[in-house]
Amino acid sequence: MAMYPGEQIPLRQMNIGQTGTVIRILGGRGLMLRLEALDIRPGKKVTKISSTFLRGPVTLRVDNTQVAVGFGMANKIIVKIDQFLPGNFAGR
Amino acid sequence: MMRILLVGNPNVGKSALFSRITGTHIIASNYPGTTVGFTKGFLKLGEDQVQVIDVPGTYTLEPISKAEEVAVEMLKDGDLVIDVVDATNLERNLNLTLQLLKRQIPVIVALNMWDDTHHRGININVGKLEELLGVPVAPTVAVTGQGIKGLIGRLPEAKVPKTTYSGSDERWARIGDIVKQVQSLSHHHHTWYEHLEDASNDHIGGIFIALLVLSASFWFIRFVGEGIISYIAEPLFEWLWTPLLMKLSLVLDSGGFWHNILIGKLINGQIDYSQSFGLLSTGFYIPLGAVLPYIVSFYLVLGMLEDVGYLPRLAILMDTLMHKLGLHGYAIIPTILGFGCNVPGIMATRILESRKERFIAATLISIGIPCAALQAMIIGLVGQHGGQYVAMVYGSLFVSWLIIGFILNHAVRGFSPEILVEIPPYRLPLLRIIAEKLWLRVHGFIKEALPVVLGTVLVINILYAMGIFNSIANVAAPVLTNLLGLPKETIVALVVGFLRKDVAIGMLAPLALTAKQLVVSATVLAMFFPCAATFVILARELGARDTLKAAGIMIAAALTMGGLQNLIL
Ligand SMILES: Nc1nc2c(ncn2[C@@H]2O[C@H](COP(=O)(O)OP(=O)(O)OP(=O)(O)O)[C@@H](O)[C@H]2O)c(=O)[nH]1
Ligand SMILES: [Mg+2]
Repeated sequence: MAMYPGEQIPLRQMNIGQTGTVIRILGGRGLMLRLEALDIRPGKKVTKISSTFLRGPVTLRVDNTQVAVGFGMANKIIVKIDQFLPGNFAGR
Repeated sequence: MMRILLVGNPNVGKSALFSRITGTHIIASNYPGTTVGFTKGFLKLGEDQVQVIDVPGTYTLEPISKAEEVAVEMLKDGDLVIDVVDATNLERNLNLTLQLLKRQIPVIVALNMWDDTHHRGININVGKLEELLGVPVAPTVAVTGQGIKGLIGRLPEAKVPKTTYSGSDERWARIGDIVKQVQSLSHHHHTWYEHLEDASNDHIGGIFIALLVLSASFWFIRFVGEGIISYIAEPLFEWLWTPLLMKLSLVLDSGGFWHNILIGKLINGQIDYSQSFGLLSTGFYIPLGAVLPYIVSFYLVLGMLEDVGYLPRLAILMDTLMHKLGLHGYAIIPTILGFGCNVPGIMATRILESRKERFIAATLISIGIPCAALQAMIIGLVGQHGGQYVAMVYGSLFVSWLIIGFILNHAVRGFSPEILVEIPPYRLPLLRIIAEKLWLRVHGFIKEALPVVLGTVLVINILYAMGIFNSIANVAAPVLTNLLGLPKETIVALVVGFLRKDVAIGMLAPLALTAKQLVVSATVLAMFFPCAATFVILARELGARDTLKAAGIMIAAALTMGGLQNLIL
């Protein structure tokens, strides 16, 4: 499943190693605030580092920090893909 | 007295800084959420004595978890804030800083983790940052003490600057602007532990590493624990303490009231630490000879796992399973602390967001997580019959933990949010820091557990002398013998289990139980009720109603599990 630059998808669907910019966060104000506290907010660049089997958390990098977000939340964070990196060849 | 608060994001080094500033050592670990309550200490500032308070970490002044609520609540009674900032995460940390600057309280910024900025190729113009924020900024390295003097020297310069922004968008814009002006990044090479970070993120690699880490920890704890017992504790008791007690025994004419209290029964004219049950014999042997070695080895390993930064990674791997129990992965951290002592474990459930989660986590810790003292005694006593019996006890506890968690997830009302947590970088901990933390915990055990153990042994002797145990034993006999297949004398151990579980297991030793009976009684003892200290904390954290509920669940679960074991084994 390759993602193309400019495409808007939930964070969960990003490939590992891919970088994107957060466009919006679906869901209530509570979730927005919790994510904002960790500096995940519209306009931020995030890189997906890993996902866990069985609908486990997704790990991403924001600036210098790694953050783990639950599977459901990762579905609510919409990102715009920055660069083209095909599937598993994505660099770390 | 003036009050100085240490405020900042989680895991930025507030507690480490507190220990440095005040000389009062407290636990600092490499994961967000180490501190869940506040600690007070003192600092001499010129002529004056001032109070310094370590506060739980918080990302914003709009709290999400209970620990963060504590932090924001504290802000109301402070006179000055040392805003501890992680220099390697300037942008996110400045979000809290700017919120603090709007409060009418003087602020000084400690730019901590200063050593890490060099490794990571981050250059920060401190003078410029100071100018833009309008408050003093002092770079610090809390673990080595670098920059602390400078920080303290500038405390009087702390001030309330004029800060004008409205709303979070403007705040973030301001932060972006500041970061752009003060920070520049240069290229840096991946260190070997950054490679390790990548490996433990990969999920196959992650599981492999987790299995490796957990089995190595288990092996190491046992190896070191048994090593200390056979090469240090037992020789000391045998060659030093026993001869002394035997002299005392002679002085006391080998019998009588005082002899019974202090030394206890002589077995074939000798002191037997597992059976004599005097204050100075068994009362000293259980905490210092049998349990302390395992406290040392357990906390040595835990301290390393904490400071390396492994626990949050384990939390992510456990997340899916923990969701089945109404928790999320981060609940594994209070659980692991519970293996040392249930008290800090239950306190740490404050890092969980919802009431439901805190109830489930605290109840599960009290039921299914044996503390180090209890484990040391189980390994010592049940292990004499073979490792498979110890495994049966652990297996039964684990199964109960799973099943009860599963039931509670469906039965308890409320919500269980998803995990959202910062994963700290791996750090190579300084040996001195590991040693200090170990000493802190070992000292805590000796100071807090030893008096309770001695008190418990004393109470046992008095109750025996008064013949009270006999009457309780007769009342409890039907449940014990019919349901659990245990002799009625084991009630004594169960009653003592309300006070201290290690002593309770110790009381099983003279009863000559079969291996199966030992498995049943050790399991029931572990599950049926928390020890007195844990119960007090449980009541404080959950409130009276929920504590009663939890207690009911414990008793029901213990009897069910014990009854099943009696049928099956
Ligand atoms: N390299 C480095 N490590 C540090 C420094 N300060 C603290 N640490 C380490 O960072 C970790 C976090 O420190 P703590 O003092 O527990 O952080 P805290 O801010 O109290 O964290 P919470 O209580 O979770 O909010 C520990 O493992 C410390 O040993 C520092 O200046 N440099
Ligand atoms: Mg702390």
